[in-house]
Amino acid sequence: MCGIAGRINLNGNAEPVSVQLLQKMVGALRHRGPDEFGYYRDVHAGLVHARLSIIDITTGQQPLSNEDGTLWIVFNGEIFNYIELRKELQSLGYKFRTQSDTEVIVTAYEQWGDDCFNKFNGQWAIALWDSLKKKLVLCRDRVGVRPLFVREYNNQIWFASEVKAIFADSSVPREINPHGLSQIFTYWTTISPASIFSGIEEVQPGSMRIYQTGKSKISKVYWHLSFPSTADAGYKPNRIQLHDAVKVLDEKLMNATKLRMLRSDVPVGSYLSGGLDSSLVAWMGRQAKEGEFKTFSIRFADAEFDETEYQRIMASTLDSEHQEITVTGKDIAEIFPDVIYHTERPVLRTAPAPLFLLSRLVRNAGFKAVLTGEGADEMLAGYDIFREAKIRRFMANDPESKIRPKLFDRLYPYLARSPQQSKGMAIEFWKRGLDRIHSPSFSHEPRWNTTSSLKKFFSEDVQNILQLNPFGDVVSNLPEEFSLWDPLAKAQYLEISTLFSGYIISSQGDRMLMANSVEGRFPFLDADVMEYCNALPAEYKLIGLNEKHILKQVAKGKIPDAIIDRKKQPYRAPDAVSFLSKNAPDYIEEMFSDRLLIDSGLFNPLMAKGLFEKCLEAVKSGNFVLSNNDNMGFVGILSSQLLFSLFIHKNNLQTFQENQFTTVHDNL
Amino acid sequence: MVDDEIRNNVSQFISKTFLFDPNKKIDEEISLLGTGVIDSTGVLELISYLESKYQIKFEDEELIGENFDSIEKITGFISKKLLNI
Repeated sequence: MCGIAGRINLNGNAEPVSVQLLQKMVGALRHRGPDEFGYYRDVHAGLVHARLSIIDITTGQQPLSNEDGTLWIVFNGEIFNYIELRKELQSLGYKFRTQSDTEVIVTAYEQWGDDCFNKFNGQWAIALWDSLKKKLVLCRDRVGVRPLFVREYNNQIWFASEVKAIFADSSVPREINPHGLSQIFTYWTTISPASIFSGIEEVQPGSMRIYQTGKSKISKVYWHLSFPSTADAGYKPNRIQLHDAVKVLDEKLMNATKLRMLRSDVPVGSYLSGGLDSSLVAWMGRQAKEGEFKTFSIRFADAEFDETEYQRIMASTLDSEHQEITVTGKDIAEIFPDVIYHTERPVLRTAPAPLFLLSRLVRNAGFKAVLTGEGADEMLAGYDIFREAKIRRFMANDPESKIRPKLFDRLYPYLARSPQQSKGMAIEFWKRGLDRIHSPSFSHEPRWNTTSSLKKFFSEDVQNILQLNPFGDVVSNLPEEFSLWDPLAKAQYLEISTLFSGYIISSQGDRMLMANSVEGRFPFLDADVMEYCNALPAEYKLIGLNEKHILKQVAKGKIPDAIIDRKKQPYRAPDAVSFLSKNAPDYIEEMFSDRLLIDSGLFNPLMAKGLFEKCLEAVKSGNFVLSNNDNMGFVGILSSQLLFSLFIHKNNLQTFQENQFTTVHDNL
Repeated sequence: MVDDEIRNNVSQFISKTFLFDPNKKIDEEISLLGTGVIDSTGVLELISYLESKYQIKFEDEELIGENFDSIEKITGFISKKLLNI
C-alpha cells in the first residue's frame, strides 16, 4: 500500500519535471507510504512512489520497470492473485527479477495490454508510463477502493492518490467545485469523475484512462457491476438451491479471506465492529493462519452508539488479542480537522473520525494491514435503505392502507432518539413519492431529497449554478441494462456506485486507514465474491425484511448466535453535539465566523450562523434533540469550511523538508 | 384568536427555526415535509413550540400530514383546537 503521483508533459518541447517538485508531491503522500520513497524521471515524465512495505519488502521498491526499462509503473494497492498470474506469465516465458506483485502488473500489461486489468483480483490505483510510445495509462480497481485523481491542462497531466499531491505543484489553481459541493449535499459524496475541486477529476472505479502524445484521451470501462436481467427471455439469476448457494458463498468468502490474510509479508489484524460482517471476516481470518490473532474495536462513551458487548463476545470467541479505543465527542472535535485533511471532501457525518482514531491504534500496535467487513451490506443487501425501499414499494400498491406502513415499526426499532410522537409524521414522510415507483432512483429518492434540503444553506452564488435536474448526474449515467434488473439490484447499484464508492470505502475507508499508514483488506470486495453475490436471486439476500439472509446462514455455527440474531445497528458516531461542549476547540467558531463564511462564499452566513446558534442552544439547554437535518447541516458546513480553510485559503499542506528519495531512476 | 395572527406566528417560527432567517417567507400552501423545509424529527420542534405557545396538547393520532404539512393546514388545525378548548 502506498501513494503514487506524477506529472507528464505530452508536449514535445515542455520543460522536464524538477526533482524538487517530485519531492513535494511525494512528501504530500508520505502518510500513505512512510517506509521508502522513489522516483522515475525522463524528458516527458516524472513518477513518484511513497511506499508502505507489505509484500516483497526487500526488492519491491518502486518505480519499477519491465525488463528493458521502457515501461515504468507506480502502483498503490494489492493484486491478491499475483502468485497465480506470475506462474501463468512464467509459463509464457517471462522471467521475474523480484517477488513483488508490482512486477506482475508490468509483465501482465506487456502480455495482455489493457485486458490485463480484468484478470487482477485486488484493490489498486496504477499508473503505467510507456516511455517509447509516450503513453500514460491510469487504472483503478473495480469498485474504487484505492483513490486516483487526475488533472489535465494544456497537454500536461497530473495524477495522484490524493489531491494534495497535485496541489503540491503551486502552478495548479485551487478552487472548490460548486457542482461537487452540490453532489455532496445530495448523495453524501461527489459522483465520479467529479471531485470537490474544480479541474480535478477522479479516475472512475472499474475504468482506465489513456493519454498519449498526439492522440486524444481515451476513457475505457473494463468492468462494471452487473445483475441478472429480468427480461422474459434472459432472466437467469443463479437458480442454485439456497443451501448449495450457502456452501459456495462460504467457500468463496473463505478463499477471499485467506488470500488477504496470507498474501502479506507482515502480520494482518482484523477490525471488529460488533456486527455480523466483520465478525465473520475475523473468524475466517483466524482460521486462515495459525498463531496469534489481533483484533481492534471502537467503543463509544455514548451508549447510543456503543457496541462493546458484541465486540467482546466475538473477541473471546476468537481468543484474539483484542485492543479497544473509547471515543468521546471531545476526541471527535479535536481530530476533525485532520480527518478532513485526509478525506479531502466534505462529510455530513462525523463517522470517519473514530475510524481515524482506530487506524492510529492499529498503527501504534505495530500493524500495517487489517481485514475489515465493508461491502457485505452492499453486496448482500444489509442496509435499511433496501428494506425501506421494499416497504415503500409495498405501500405504493395500496397507498391508503393503514396496515402497510406499520412495517416501518420493524425497520427502525433502534432509533432511540425518535420518540413515539414523531411516528405519524415519519410515516407521512415515507408516503411521499410513492407515485414515483417507476423512477430508476425510487429506492434512494427519500434519502437524496432529505439531504438536498440542506442546499438551502448554500450562498446565492452557489445556488445560482445548481442544475435543474437534481439527480441527473447519477440517473443519466446508468448502464443500459439497468432497467431490466429487479428492484433490489437497482437499489444495490445506486448504493454501490454512490455512497459506497465515494464515502464508505473512501472517506470512512481508505482515507482514514491510510492517514495512519494502515492498509484495509476487504474480503467482501473480492472480484469472485462480488460477482457471485450479484448473480444470486434477490430473495437469498433480502427475504421478507430479513437482511443478508444467505450470509447469516454462512455464519451459523461459526460466530455466536447473539451476533447473528441481533438487530442490525448502523455504525454511527455523535455528530453536532461533539463540537458544542464548553471546552470545544477554537477552530469551530472560526469556521462559522462571518469572515471565513464570506471568504469561502459557499454558504449563506446568516443561515450558517443561525444553525450554529440553534445547535449550541440545543446542547446548552438540553431541552430538545437536534433533528437529522440539523446534524447533517452542521457537520456538512463545518467540514466544507475546514476543507476550504485547509486546501484553498491557507495552503498549509504538509511537505517534505529534504530529499529523502531512496529509489532513483533518473533518465535525464 | 384570529387566524392571521396564528398564521404569522407559525410562519415566523418556521422561518426562524428551519430557515434561520426570520425575514424569509414560505409559501403558506407548500408541503413542509415534501419540500424538505422540515424533516420528520424537526416536526417535533414545531409541535413543542405550538403546544407551549397555545397551551394545547396534541394526541398521537392528530400528528398526521393532514394537520401539519403546511402553514395553512397548521393554522386551520390550531384554530379548530382553540375553539374546542
